[in-house]
Amino acid sequence: MSTNMLEARGLDKHFGALHVTRSVDLSVTAGARLALIGPNGAGKSTLVGLLTGQLKPDSGQILLAGRDVTSESIEKRTRSGLARTFQINNLFRGLTVLENVFLAVSERLGTAGSQLRTAKSCTEVIEKAEQLLKELELGNALHQRISEISYGRQRLVEIAIALSLSPRVLLLDEPTAGIPAGEVARVMEVLEALPAELAIVVIEHDMHVVRRFAKEIVVLAQGAVLARGLPQEVMASDEVRRVYLGGVDPSKSVMGKRRA
Amino acid sequence: MTTVGSTLLERHRVRPAEYVYWIALASVFFLFPRNLSLATSIMVMSLFALSLDLILGFAGVVSFGHAAFFGIGSYCAAQLALHGWSEPISGALIAGLAAMVFALVVGPLVLRFTGLPQIMVTLAIGIILYEAANKASSITGGDDGLGGIKLMPLFGTFEWTAYGQTAFWYAFGWLLLLFIALRIVIASPFGVSLQGLRENTLRMRFIGTPVFGRLLRAYAMSGFVAGVAGAVSAQVNKFAGLDMLSTDRSIDVLVMLILGGVGKLYGALIGAPVYMLVHHQASEWNPFHWMFVVGGLLIFVVMFARGGVLGLLEAGLGRLPGGRAQ
Ligand SMILES: Nc1ncnc2c1ncn2[C@@H]1O[C@H](COP(=O)(O)OP(=O)(O)OP(=O)(O)O)[C@@H](O)[C@H]1O
Ligand SMILES: [Mg+2]
Repeated sequence: MSTNMLEARGLDKHFGALHVTRSVDLSVTAGARLALIGPNGAGKSTLVGLLTGQLKPDSGQILLAGRDVTSESIEKRTRSGLARTFQINNLFRGLTVLENVFLAVSERLGTAGSQLRTAKSCTEVIEKAEQLLKELELGNALHQRISEISYGRQRLVEIAIALSLSPRVLLLDEPTAGIPAGEVARVMEVLEALPAELAIVVIEHDMHVVRRFAKEIVVLAQGAVLARGLPQEVMASDEVRRVYLGGVDPSKSVMGKRRA
Repeated sequence: MTTVGSTLLERHRVRPAEYVYWIALASVFFLFPRNLSLATSIMVMSLFALSLDLILGFAGVVSFGHAAFFGIGSYCAAQLALHGWSEPISGALIAGLAAMVFALVVGPLVLRFTGLPQIMVTLAIGIILYEAANKASSITGGDDGLGGIKLMPLFGTFEWTAYGQTAFWYAFGWLLLLFIALRIVIASPFGVSLQGLRENTLRMRFIGTPVFGRLLRAYAMSGFVAGVAGAVSAQVNKFAGLDMLSTDRSIDVLVMLILGGVGKLYGALIGAPVYMLVHHQASEWNPFHWMFVVGGLLIFVVMFARGGVLGLLEAGLGRLPGGRAQ
């Protein structure tokens, strides 16, 4: 039996009167390739916020590798192996691409607090950062500032930062949103090449991506888990079709709108 | 556009212009032998502004009460000397440590906030400390301050001369030493992570940065440097007074730093002399209205030269280390 790397038990969250997360149970095993889907406003990003510690649940529990982390800080959960990317790029805009990833790698390798060596002398950090960026085809943008590269390439930096943390659980909030169609395949290849034991949850509106990547789908609607199962089962479900506007067959469309 | 590689990762590189700065500063001793005490005050304020730059320019922590650390350093150095601890270097070190301890005590309060609340908290701490010092006249001498400080000769050899030759090199030495220390710090992975915190604190949490601990370390270092600056001020002036703790001084140092350029270290080293020389000249011209000149200068910098005087210089001379062009 595979172990639960990340688990949510009865999570509830309100924003004022809005009930955005309704007794959500979720378990993500080692090696999971889970797609979290649902219409705009279903509460997918909110759930990521709860799992990572950015938001506090009103009630419920979150376990990371079996340990209760419900009251732990973001940084502590991150150090325990939980990494995420953001739906809307959230980067160090004034820094270069390499520096962005440098920060994450040096935190991961435990050198980020050292004061008596130069950043430049941390060759192990720089090499790892460069290698990752090259894999994501950002090798020619190392010294460009985030604000100078396209939004699509910034998306790749988001992913590079998350991967550079060598996480055990990776939460990707719409990783391909805003990436030019030609580069989506590259992102997919990188994700598919990740270690098999890594647990990955991907929020995705693009059904091609979901079908290609996911071994399991969770459907969230109005804050509650509507369905969970194998991709073909979930996509065939009438109920799942109904929650999408006009009952469009999710397997034939790109659900929801792409975010700019 | 020129590709400069990574400015953050190249911060350790010493640029030729830096030698020019330090040689120019040292040559003041020979070129203006009658103005050594002004030059010494300028170096003390430069050191103070450097301490503020570490937290404001690099870590993004705003302080309107930084004189608290300067004042604690001053009083501590003065009291040490008055109680017979007259060796200056160890005195300044102890004073710096005292200010650092204070930073570690108030840091958890200050660093809990950002933005306007942070400004208010630092301002409040400054004001409270000022009033406390005013009341505790048995320790601080109240309005009269602490005078009559006597120090051992520097290194047991150099007497504290009336024209301030020893004081000049004493202040120069501290400024250079702590500057080098800060320069090493900002070029380290720690310094890079401070830059990350300033850019995007939330994102740093998501890469696992212990945000509070790291900021507190920077805050403590800043307190130490400010405390040493205050100590040197008390030692070379043979006096510590309430003015060293005042909100005016906190604002002065902030203005100096903004004038010079925030987040580049050299901004502090240029802003302090510019401010103090303008002050010096303008108050000779008109003792009551010199603030108009400083105010005008500040408006000019904020409107037309966000990188401060140093930013303007950089635009002409190319980059200095420690920061990036605006
Ligand atoms: N900080 C907040 N305060 C108040 N309401 C919020 C907040 N964050 C999200 N919401 C609301 O909660 C609901 C769920 O938002 P969430 O971003 O989790 O949806 P989502 O499933 O990620 O949608 P999308 O597919 O558009 O990204 C939305 O109605 C949103 O407006
Ligand atoms: Mg979302």
